[in-house]
Amino acid sequence: MSKYIIEAENVKKYFPIKGGVFSKVVGYVKAVDDVSLKIEKGTCMALVGESGCGKTTFGRVLLKLIEPDAGKILFEGKDLAKVKGKKLREMRKDMQMVFQDPNSSLDPRFTVKNIIGEPFSNFTNIKGEELVKRILELLNLVGLKKEHLYRYPHEFSGGQRQRIAVARAIALDPKFIVLDEPTSALDVSVQAKILNLFQDLQEKFDLSYLFITHDLSVAKHMADNIGVMYVGKLVETSATEPLFEEPLHPYTQALLSAIPVADPEYKVERIILKGDVPSPANPPSGCRFHPRCPKAMEICSKEEPELKKVGDGRLVACHLY
Amino acid sequence: MKLRDYIIRRLILLIPILLGVTLLTFTVSHIIPADVARVFAGGEKANPETIARIRAEMHLDDPLYKQYYYYLNDLIHGNLGKSYSENRPVVDAIKQYFPATAELTVLAMLLAIPIGIITGIISAVRRNQWIDHVTRLIAITGVSIPIFWLALMLQIAFAYKYPILPLDSRLGIDVMAPKHITGLYIFDSLVTGNFAALKSSIYHLILPAFTLGYASLGIILRITRSSMLEIVRSDYIRTARAKGLKERTVIYKHALRNALIPTLTVSGLIFAGLLGGAVLTETIFNWPGMGRFAVNAVNNLDFSSVMGFTVIMAIIMVTANLIVDILYSVLDPRIRLGE
Repeated sequence: MSKYIIEAENVKKYFPIKGGVFSKVVGYVKAVDDVSLKIEKGTCMALVGESGCGKTTFGRVLLKLIEPDAGKILFEGKDLAKVKGKKLREMRKDMQMVFQDPNSSLDPRFTVKNIIGEPFSNFTNIKGEELVKRILELLNLVGLKKEHLYRYPHEFSGGQRQRIAVARAIALDPKFIVLDEPTSALDVSVQAKILNLFQDLQEKFDLSYLFITHDLSVAKHMADNIGVMYVGKLVETSATEPLFEEPLHPYTQALLSAIPVADPEYKVERIILKGDVPSPANPPSGCRFHPRCPKAMEICSKEEPELKKVGDGRLVACHLY
Repeated sequence: MKLRDYIIRRLILLIPILLGVTLLTFTVSHIIPADVARVFAGGEKANPETIARIRAEMHLDDPLYKQYYYYLNDLIHGNLGKSYSENRPVVDAIKQYFPATAELTVLAMLLAIPIGIITGIISAVRRNQWIDHVTRLIAITGVSIPIFWLALMLQIAFAYKYPILPLDSRLGIDVMAPKHITGLYIFDSLVTGNFAALKSSIYHLILPAFTLGYASLGIILRITRSSMLEIVRSDYIRTARAKGLKERTVIYKHALRNALIPTLTVSGLIFAGLLGGAVLTETIFNWPGMGRFAVNAVNNLDFSSVMGFTVIMAIIMVTANLIVDILYSVLDPRIRLGE
């Protein structure tokens, strides 16, 4: 058995841009461009980056909710490209996703019982009282109560809805869950509770997570490893602590300098990036970050840097190293 | 019982609506500068005595508010007045014409609603594929072809060039009408075992029902397609797929229920509208229904028939809306009635 729960190799996902009278393909949005990533079993990997850098697309591609255009994805060593139809649906038991917005990710016409019960009736023969018992266990696990069983999603608060979504995701004991900014739609106080819930569940069920977020403090709290994405590319991966102590890639450095510190006396030197995030439809030549990089050199605009091993298990795509 | 209270409240609301409708039609029909009594008495050369008798019978010499009072009083007692163009009570005329229209409408809707919904779903799920283009063509022709033209073309094709279907009316001239039970020929002939009438009435229904149904189908198809397209892209459909559900389950269990609300609204309105008679279709197919009755009444200045028709239509519309509202709460638990 592989020690990784999921391995992505050179995954690409380009969305065609159609234009003109005959809707010809005039270009591609390179949402995920040649990304390789491995997640060890029982760990949490955070994927951070600005909005629109391809984090969510990558998460969905990993679960084959979107077909990748190129590259290979291995789930517990099995090639996902070869799994189709019924077998793929079977595998969905093991890989789940919690979506960003709990207000829209739950079917408004389903009661909590049906939302959480549907995976059971779909994959198992559990019915009747046994089913209710299992659902109640799950509700209890995520901190909801028995009387919530027959209510509809709109009768809950945002945090409670996300708990329902979590209960649904863990219903069939999955091994791997993609958490797609699961707390960004929630209040800060509720965020902390949900994050702790994720950690408890991880311990209890030996889960592996891909945690997609743009909030670095959340990533620090949750993750064992962190990957930083910029315009469809992975620019740095590292264990969490070394990354926060000594960020290598200039983009990571800029990101970290932007974390607010809860101390008014503390003066931090913020690295202010010039310009805007380039469009993934038309990324800059060479290193995608070079037009905004404070340390850009001549080579950066010409040659695209490869992910290189720097130090203990860290990977950086930058010509500085 | 909340639902019962809600229904009662809505039915009570029917009273002011009916008052408004009658007041409006009554006023309009009585300020028209035409001597109704003279028309009914036979026109220019009518006998003055006859005119005077009719004027007295219709209370035409009383002040308007008194006439309105007489009218309302009759209405409360279920008397819609006398139809002068038909020379019988309006209620009797409606009793005869309404079943014909109802039979036609029900058949047209039985055609339009299921086919419209199913093709709408297919069209949305297979967006931009050839089947979508075909169904969209059906929809756009259904909405844009003038109904009288379609009716005439169907008559030319299936009653004249290839005479496999009858040209018009409800029954063949050589067939005895079934014994009157409901006035719906299919139902009545089935109950009485009159199979000649059953066959003939079904044959006669095909062309007009298709004409009416085709136009409604276009609207229903388009509404279903657009709301399905919106919902298929929503997050909870993605959740359903991520659960590992079969595509059929995703579409029919999660997407369709959410997409049906706009379809339901439109279907209800079309249904109610058609129950009031489809004037063009009924005229072309010589169908003895509500639409033709209303048009004849207007042409003959037969105001009590016009008002009777309007009142019935108002009741149908309000009832249809009430039923649609109740169905909303069945489809969508977020809609709670009476709160």
